[in-house]
Amino acid sequence: MVTKDAVAATIDGNEAAARIAHKLSEVIAVYPITPASPMGELADTWSLKGQPNLWGVVPEVVEMQSEAGAAGAVHGSLQAGALTTTFTASQGLLLMLPNMFKIAGELTAAVIHVAARSVATHALSIFGDHSDVMSARQTGFAMLSASSVQEAHDLAAVAHLATLESRVPFLHFFDGFRTSHEIAKIDLIDDSILRDLVDEDLIAQHRLRALNPNRPVLRGSAQNPDVFFQAREAANPFYSEVAPTVSRTMERLGDLTGRQHGLFEYHGIADAERVLVLMGSASGAVKQAVDTLISQGQKVGLVVVKLYRPFDTTAFVSALPESTRRIAVLDRTKEPGAVGEPLYVDVVAALAEEGRQAEVFGGRYGLSSKEFTPSMASGVFDEIAKESPRRHFTVGINDDVSHLSVIYDKDWYQEAKGVTRALFYGLGSDGTVGANKNSAKVIGESTGLFAQGYFVYDSKKSGSRTVSHLRISPHPIESTYLITDADFVGVHQFDLIGTTDALERAAYGAIVLINNPHPAEETWHRLPSGAQQLILEKDLQLFGVDALAIAREAGLGGRTNTVLQTCFFKLTDILPFDEAVEAIKGHIRKTYGKLGDVVVHRNSNAVDRAVDGLYEVAKGDVDSSQPSAAGLPEFAPDFVRRVTALLMAGNGDMLPVSALPVDGTFPTGTAQWEKRSIANEIPIWDPDLCIDCGRCALACPHAAIRLKAFVPTGNEPSGFHSKGSTNKDFEGKRIVVQVAPDDCTGCGVCVDICPAHSKEVIKHRAINMKAKALHVDRERKNFTYFLEIPEINRDEVNVATVKGSQFLQPLFEFSGACAGCGETPYLKLVTQLFGDRTMVANATGCSSIYGGNLPTTPWTVNRDGRGPAWSNSLFEDNAEFGLGMRLAQEAQRDDAILLVTALAMDLGDLAVEILDLAENPDRSDLDTLVSQQRDLVGSLKVRLADMDGPLPRRLEGVADALIDTSVWIVGGDGWAYDIGFGGLDHVFASGRNVNVLVLDTEVYSNTGGQASKATPRGAIAKYAAGGKATAKKDLGQIAMSYGNVYVAQVAMGANPTQTVRAFAEAEQHQGVSLIIAYSPCIAHGIDMSTQMTHQKEASSSGYWPLYRFDPAREASGEPGLRLDSRRPTVSFKEFASKETRFAMLGRANPERADELMARAQQDIDDRWHFYEQMVAIHRTAEYAEVEE
Amino acid sequence: MSVDLSTSYLGLSLANPLVPSASPLSGDIDQIHALVAAGAPALVMPSLFEEQIEHDALSVQHGFELGAGTFGEAASGYLPELNDYNTGPQQYLDLVTRAKEETGIPIIASLNGVSSGGWTLYARLLADHGVDALELNVYRIAAGIDESSSHVETEYLHLVETVRAAIDIPLAVKVGPYFSAMGSMARRIGDAGADGLVLFNRFYQPDIELETMTVAPNLVLSSSYELRLVLRWIAILYGRISPDLAATSGIHQSEDAVKALLAGSTVMMMASALLKNGPGHLAVVRQGLEEWLVQNQYESVAQARGSLSQSSVSDPEAFERSNYMKTLASYVPSWR
Repeated sequence: MVTKDAVAATIDGNEAAARIAHKLSEVIAVYPITPASPMGELADTWSLKGQPNLWGVVPEVVEMQSEAGAAGAVHGSLQAGALTTTFTASQGLLLMLPNMFKIAGELTAAVIHVAARSVATHALSIFGDHSDVMSARQTGFAMLSASSVQEAHDLAAVAHLATLESRVPFLHFFDGFRTSHEIAKIDLIDDSILRDLVDEDLIAQHRLRALNPNRPVLRGSAQNPDVFFQAREAANPFYSEVAPTVSRTMERLGDLTGRQHGLFEYHGIADAERVLVLMGSASGAVKQAVDTLISQGQKVGLVVVKLYRPFDTTAFVSALPESTRRIAVLDRTKEPGAVGEPLYVDVVAALAEEGRQAEVFGGRYGLSSKEFTPSMASGVFDEIAKESPRRHFTVGINDDVSHLSVIYDKDWYQEAKGVTRALFYGLGSDGTVGANKNSAKVIGESTGLFAQGYFVYDSKKSGSRTVSHLRISPHPIESTYLITDADFVGVHQFDLIGTTDALERAAYGAIVLINNPHPAEETWHRLPSGAQQLILEKDLQLFGVDALAIAREAGLGGRTNTVLQTCFFKLTDILPFDEAVEAIKGHIRKTYGKLGDVVVHRNSNAVDRAVDGLYEVAKGDVDSSQPSAAGLPEFAPDFVRRVTALLMAGNGDMLPVSALPVDGTFPTGTAQWEKRSIANEIPIWDPDLCIDCGRCALACPHAAIRLKAFVPTGNEPSGFHSKGSTNKDFEGKRIVVQVAPDDCTGCGVCVDICPAHSKEVIKHRAINMKAKALHVDRERKNFTYFLEIPEINRDEVNVATVKGSQFLQPLFEFSGACAGCGETPYLKLVTQLFGDRTMVANATGCSSIYGGNLPTTPWTVNRDGRGPAWSNSLFEDNAEFGLGMRLAQEAQRDDAILLVTALAMDLGDLAVEILDLAENPDRSDLDTLVSQQRDLVGSLKVRLADMDGPLPRRLEGVADALIDTSVWIVGGDGWAYDIGFGGLDHVFASGRNVNVLVLDTEVYSNTGGQASKATPRGAIAKYAAGGKATAKKDLGQIAMSYGNVYVAQVAMGANPTQTVRAFAEAEQHQGVSLIIAYSPCIAHGIDMSTQMTHQKEASSSGYWPLYRFDPAREASGEPGLRLDSRRPTVSFKEFASKETRFAMLGRANPERADELMARAQQDIDDRWHFYEQMVAIHRTAEYAEVEE
Repeated sequence: MSVDLSTSYLGLSLANPLVPSASPLSGDIDQIHALVAAGAPALVMPSLFEEQIEHDALSVQHGFELGAGTFGEAASGYLPELNDYNTGPQQYLDLVTRAKEETGIPIIASLNGVSSGGWTLYARLLADHGVDALELNVYRIAAGIDESSSHVETEYLHLVETVRAAIDIPLAVKVGPYFSAMGSMARRIGDAGADGLVLFNRFYQPDIELETMTVAPNLVLSSSYELRLVLRWIAILYGRISPDLAATSGIHQSEDAVKALLAGSTVMMMASALLKNGPGHLAVVRQGLEEWLVQNQYESVAQARGSLSQSSVSDPEAFERSNYMKTLASYVPSWR
């Protein structure tokens, strides 16, 4: 019985689940983690808007310092009687496990919603599989699996309702990205239905069980061997009731919504012989395979598991047709060493317990969102139809090592007719994804059609490519995989037609729309020949539009998305164009209404103008001289040519198992092969004005501007400029400032920081942005030649100066960080100063993504093959991880000294020299010391090679530890201030020789700008949309309180000299050093090309005071703290008004903004006053380490 | 002896002729109350800038969409969605309504438009929100070297006509002095439908920061000296064109107000002096004006108004070019 007409909404899985969670909770504790963060963000936004839960109360949403903290807060809130929930994924869920055991052990009604994601093993992955939720099997939580966006909504409600009745807490999960980020049209559950379903008595009982001083109880006791066991068993009856409770709840929900769900859902022919069992989004693809196979006369079926824990063996077996002979259980996880993956083992046990005979085979699929298609499902059915199927197999990959992979015909399945499939290729910055989200919503909300949107991003933060997959159908869409035969292909950037698989994915006769900035009549001839060929072969209909010109005319600047969206509707017959226009405009009003009439008006104007510029392109012959994408040169390393090249081309799926490292170990120095050439403008040097200060190279986030000094050979290419040194250093040499034209992102930071102006035309500097097309050929030749110029010897420059450091080779180059990134210049500087002896422990975050996300890494090596050795452990443990590296170094050094001593007779003078240097190192000049150490270790290794016995062999293994290694513990503020603070604090206290670099962007940048404890008062951020009410934590002050920690607060753009000195001093300090580096971020809402100027203002306003606290100064009788900033000269308001993160609040809520701004100014005044007093203080305690 | 200070400006009855003009003071409700307490007979609100409204909306959109759809982990962008961005004129309208309700004095809104659609849209909006009169703050630098003065003038007049046709409330027009034929222009603005002419607008002027080698436009407060230009044109125009004449720029002391009144001003508007000395300064100037009128045995401001206008003085050419020669001749260099 359906009691109410459902309201449809076109939303993603995260929103579908979060809507229910917010409606049925009172307390929501959150912490950002991909892909679950949007659930918390939405809940926070709704609460900020005053949106109430089902009982008219606005849920309290609180951001914690980690998922462990969120789980603790959830536990406490539950104990105190509130309806409580949280959202998480992956490592986040793992951090919640201890509390989950407690919450379940105490039989507490609660729900955790999980966007299931891979747990990091050999590598981190943000994508979807069940390895995280499978790690929670033991906790005692019930586990409910949703397979689609609709189910993420429905089963969220089932979880919240069933937990109240059963008292067993629920983990409700759905596939990360595939479901969490898929936009689909669903029917919403009306509040009235939820009211009908919620049993107020159960809530009252939940409250009665809560702690209350008026009727006190004790919970959380410690128990002994006498009773713990019995008490653990006492809860059994509750678990027995979970499945019936869930089943009843599903039925009641089904009665009210018309959507029936079951504990196990069967889809297939009644007398199936072969059945697949799985859970999650892949069921959509399998259903399509099953339907096709049945139509071909095969007896197949599918059981989709919804309630995974408790596993109801009776219900499971009942769901299987009696005729079932063979079962393939597909697990989206891997449990190395187990008999089989978890679901497989459960199925085997269930059959055994229920006395059912069937052969069971276990397969793994879809790890880290690996595509899973109907063709793959068909391959699995084929496998278990064989006479002797493999007991354990994989599907979707080519396993040429263990030979476990099922072979399938990837073209076996053809998607149904009547579904419009459209693909859109764009760049992250061009609004393509946003436009297609809008299109899905326009169709879903304005027509009776169903729409599905799914969006694929590469892992770059600058120049990233996006592919939007849009399906439109009169029926609900179950295709949970990417589109491969599109009826419509939109190429929103002209160049992408030659550098992506856009045309390969077009169906025969498909419509292709290309955004063409060139004259219409030149379109065909400007296409690469490969594209021309495909267009002719597939008889594609080609249309063009100059979306940029139309957008500009409409007053939208470079925002082309509205224009291209309108053209899509014009060229397809999804709905009559007039209706489409009205629907688009309606959506524009809905989306942009609160931004202002002008935004609505201009976008609507663009809709009206869009199709005027649309034209069909006449096809000609294959006659193009446009070059296709260049391959890698032959001298590229073998691994790069064999593996990296495929990843870069987007063909990583084709790589067999044997191509990949077995343990996640990759060569560094690979970013240099990824010539993305994404800049429209590149900096061009004017040697006549240049004062060779080195600031451009220092500030360049991508190491795409470099300096060298060289003796001309006469072989320089024509147009290779150089100049004499301004300060008469580098005698006899010329200086060159060179751009890497294909690695530059065009951010313009180098121009912003360049201090050398033309006297006649003030805007002309020693470095100026120019159209790349006009300069690229010459600059490519120049850069190639530049790379051949020998690197300078370190003793030729004063390393610890801005200029000197910039003549040293950066060993961090060409990262995929955002154009204008504020973090990367600091990392690059570390590598210039100490890179060849550096070990990096990198916290998860932006820096681990642009530093270590395949296909390439910016960390590289020098001509000797030396360079930073890098690793990422987790988000929360990075300080400890880095400390471990130092401990290992010290242990091996001790071992090496012991061994040298033991072999002293054989090694003779060499041993004496080594031991002498080890005992009496002169660390006032680390470069020289390391050079001496390397020489000695080199000699030692030569000698050891000729020596026999176990000791020489052992010494060979640890000899490198005799060379000083610089350990850098690197991460963002989310790590240092929040999730990793406990560990970081412990490392401060350790006194060990590690350097900590906090790249402080003042928000969780990588996950999209959530507030951290580094976020300043008054700034808006996700989870602090009302403006952060509390002041930024003073991390430096905490570190300084130890007395023996070197602490520097730096901002490169404010004072580059201080920055370089701080890094050098930190390295010099033989204890813990902490550098807190101001790192402007896209999340600040600034023009990143001017980020260095912002840093200057941050300092001059006192917002970011520069200082250095050096325990060495204390030791010599001086105050340890030195303020490197002058007394503030501009107000905080003046600085803040230039950053959207502050200014936006002034617009949204002026009164609160005024209050917070005033308080923020007080914070600044107070801190400055405090530091001024600190400068005068000399502490007298002896902080030098005491030998243990 | 008491003096009748009452004045009729744009058909509005004012208790006295000293009106606070558009400034940050009239944008703050507390300061508005202070101005009323100091005797403000009416208020000109700060200008509603169409360009600012558009800029705000577009920059909010930019911030809202910043980084969205670029990177899988931050698919929704980097700044949170807020409840309201207040990008439109609503905040301004709310202030106008509040000022009107809480003070009871006539409220004159000020509008600076960009597009013809914008001028009329916001003019209607303000009229609908019950403002007593509208002042058009026409601010335009005719920088185009191919643009003729007649074209510029036609545009001004067209604007006044368009807005006049769009609203029924009284309309004043505030212009700068940079017209080749100020007199003719003033008359034609009146003919186009203006009920008042506010002389003169002061523009932001560019300055050059020598330290940073950048251009830094700013607005410095006026001085009494700037009244001279206003006096000239009010004196010339008084009695010769139909619109009321409001003097603005340079009225700092009561003497300045007296001069403007004698030249022919219907009202004397003040901003810089109030910003400098606080809202209470309005009462000081009014008292000075009153005292001067008493001492000089005027019964009312109406009686004094225009008594030293060009048509009322024995030496009318003093307001015109010959004035320059006389000044030079009478100037005694200090080194003598």
